[in-house]
Amino acid sequence: MKFGIVRFPGSNCDADVVRAVTEGLGEEATYLWHKSHDLGDVDVVVLPGGFSYGDYLRAGAIARFSPIMREVVAFARAGGLTLGICNGFQVLCEARLLPGALVRNRSLRFRCVEVGVRVENAATPFSRAYREGERLSIPIAHGEGQFVADSGTLDRLEAERRVVFRYVDGSGEPTDAANPNGSARNIAGIINEAGNVLGLMPHPERVSLGYLGNTDGLGVFASLARSVGGGDRPHRRGAETVGVGS
Amino acid sequence: MTDTFSVEVRITPRTGILDPEGETIARALDNLGYEGVGSVRAGRLVRLEIDAASADDARRSVRRMCEELIANPVIEDFEVRIEGDAPTGGGGT
Repeated sequence: MKFGIVRFPGSNCDADVVRAVTEGLGEEATYLWHKSHDLGDVDVVVLPGGFSYGDYLRAGAIARFSPIMREVVAFARAGGLTLGICNGFQVLCEARLLPGALVRNRSLRFRCVEVGVRVENAATPFSRAYREGERLSIPIAHGEGQFVADSGTLDRLEAERRVVFRYVDGSGEPTDAANPNGSARNIAGIINEAGNVLGLMPHPERVSLGYLGNTDGLGVFASLARSVGGGDRPHRRGAETVGVGS
Repeated sequence: MTDTFSVEVRITPRTGILDPEGETIARALDNLGYEGVGSVRAGRLVRLEIDAASADDARRSVRRMCEELIANPVIEDFEVRIEGDAPTGGGGT
């Protein structure tokens, strides 16, 4: 299968995603240039982290109107698996593919730190390689990661089990102290109603290879590979490390 | 026939959305000894020059721009002012 990783001007986690899926899973990956009008034959689209278009106006606001996004929106609306990480999550919200928005961290500080993340729903194409309730350790690196939405939207997300990842403390509890940015209900990642578009603020690609010291994030990409593969086929390498929480 | 209008868009966090920047300013003012400061909301100002047939056309056009790009109605309210005209609000609701 093939992952397509979008490159906006200012993307800076694109190469990390490529290495996570090629080295970590032995899958194919290709870059998708922001000016392109063609997604080619990719099975999964990833909007990586970074500061697309300098985060001018609002994070993700300008990227949303780049030529490639027209294709990404059509792909996502047709059921294509689409993952947004950090800035990619912001772009997905701006593009209205996901509800809510990401605003400045409650602390007003850029936070770059490893945080506890609990898998709230392991029945999605993005999380099926994990166990439900598993606690992962994944870094965040953002200044605008506070997830906000009106209470009706939040209630609906919870009721439909669309909160897929939540910030938790060392014992797996979603406490206020474990919330690194003030996100409503400690939300770290959500999925759309159709279940094919997921956005999260933590960076799984940064903890996907053994030599990075932690492979907690590889499960996100392994889940996608497994979902596209249509079964539990074994991965060529790296897959055995998936699902080992810290 | 078109005229050029100067338009100001004021964008503020929607009521009910946390405004950590505004809160921080309020706290700092309090620390500095300024009394009687109630709530502080911090926003953004965008000035545009736009050619349009009338002030109403300019306003309509800028409101569309706000809804599509300049503001995010999920988290922000906006207000469009045409220079020399009364302001009109908008929340994108």
